[in-house]
Amino acid sequence: MLNKLTLLLVTIAVSFPAVTSLHAAEVEVSVEIPRLNVSEYHRPYVAVWIQDENRKVAANLAVWYQLDDKGSEVGTKWLPDLRQWWRRTGRSLEMPVDGISGATRPAGTHELEFSSSDKKLAGLKPGQYTLVVEAAREVGGRELLEIPFAWPVEKPFKDEVRGKEELGSVRLTVTP
Amino acid sequence: MLRSFLPAIALLVCLPLSAFAHKVWLLPSQTVLSGAEPLVTVDAAVSNDLFYFNHFPLRLDNLVVTAPDGSTVEAENQATLRYRSVFDVPLKKEGTYRIAVNNHGLFGSWEEDGKRRRWRGTPESFAKEVPADAKNLQVSESIGRVETFVTNGAPTENVFKPTGKGIELVPVTHPNDLYAGEKGTFRFLVDGKPMAGLTVEVIRGGTRYRDTQDDVQVTTNEKGEFTVEWKEPGMYWLETSAQDSNTQISQAQNRRLSYAATVEVLPQ
Repeated sequence: MLNKLTLLLVTIAVSFPAVTSLHAAEVEVSVEIPRLNVSEYHRPYVAVWIQDENRKVAANLAVWYQLDDKGSEVGTKWLPDLRQWWRRTGRSLEMPVDGISGATRPAGTHELEFSSSDKKLAGLKPGQYTLVVEAAREVGGRELLEIPFAWPVEKPFKDEVRGKEELGSVRLTVTP
Repeated sequence: MLRSFLPAIALLVCLPLSAFAHKVWLLPSQTVLSGAEPLVTVDAAVSNDLFYFNHFPLRLDNLVVTAPDGSTVEAENQATLRYRSVFDVPLKKEGTYRIAVNNHGLFGSWEEDGKRRRWRGTPESFAKEVPADAKNLQVSESIGRVETFVTNGAPTENVFKPTGKGIELVPVTHPNDLYAGEKGTFRFLVDGKPMAGLTVEVIRGGTRYRDTQDDVQVTTNEKGEFTVEWKEPGMYWLETSAQDSNTQISQAQNRRLSYAATVEVLPQ
C-alpha cells in the first residue's frame, strides 16, 4: 500500500513539476477514475483542458496515456479515442508535451493544482470558460464531462459533476 | 449469354457510373489516426449495399495514393478478391492523404461484318485500335473518381489541389473533420471550375440494418457548393455525376463524369 502511494505521489510530482508549494493554488481539478469490475481492465486515457465559449482550447492541463513503450509509440496510436481532445488540440500537438503528458492513472481520485502564474493558465483572459475532462478506455467506453466557470473569480468557485461510466466525480475549485 | 455478360462485368468493374445503380466505394479502416507510423487498410468494392462487399471488387489498376506533401505513395499488399479489393496504406507523413481510383476511359462500338463490335480503351490507344473507317462509330468518354481521405495528426489541404480534369471535390469543411450534429460544406469542380446544379446523393453506411436507404439529395449552388447536415455518426458515401460534350477526342460524342467519396462522421 505504502509503495503504491509513494508511486502515485512520485507520478504526480513527475507529471507536474511546475507546481510548487510557494504559490497559492488557484485552480484545482480533481478527477475520479472509478474502479470497474470488468474482466479486461485497462486504465483509461484521460485528457483535461479548459476551452473558451467557441470551444477553442484555452489551456491544456493534462493528458494521461500509455507512455511506457516509447520506442514503438504504441500509446499515441490511441490518442484519437479521446475524440474531442484530439479534435480540439491533440492532433496539432507534438507528443509528448512537457508538463501535460503523463502516464495513465489507476482507479482513484487524482488532484491537479495550477497556480495562476502557471504558464498553462497565464494566457487565460477574463471570460467564460469550460473545464472539460474526457476519458476513453480500451475495450471500454468514453465519457466527457464539463464544468462551466468564469475567470478570474472574486470569491471561491466550486462545482462538481459526476460521470456514469468512465469517470466518477470531477470537481473544479477556483480560488481568487 | 456468358459472352455478352462478361463485357458487362468488365464495364461495371472499371467504370463507376451512377447509371448502373451500383455504388462504387473505398472503405478505409479508419480516417483519423495518430502514432509513429499509423496504417490504414482499405476495402474497395462495387455493390448495392453500403458498405458491404457482396458483388464485385473495384479494380486497383488506377489507384493513386497522394501523401500530404503531394508525393505519390505505393499502396501495399494490393489484392483483388472475388468481392472486394484490399490494400494497405502506411501514413509515414503527418497530414491528409488522398486515396483515389481515377478512371479515364473511352467506350466505343461500331459495325464490322454486320456485327456490333465493342471496344474499351484510352484516348492514347484509340487511334491504334479503332479502325479509322469504322462504320457507325459511337464513342463515349468517361472520367470517374472514387476517393476517400485519411489524416495522420492534424488535417491538411494540400491533396485537394484540383487537377482540372473531371469532377473534383474541394473542401470548405475538411472531410476528416466531420462530426455528428454539425454541417459539412464542400465544393464540386468540373474541369477545375465550380459547377452549379449538380445533384449530390449522400447515404450513410449500414444500409443492411435499416428498411430504407435514407439517402439525402442536395444540389450544388452557384459556387458549386453543397452542405450536408450529419445527423448521425458513421461512414457516409456521397456521389454525383454529370454528362456533357467536352470530350478530349473529337470522335467521342459525349462525356460522362462521375464522382464518389467515402467520408467518416465521428460522434461528438
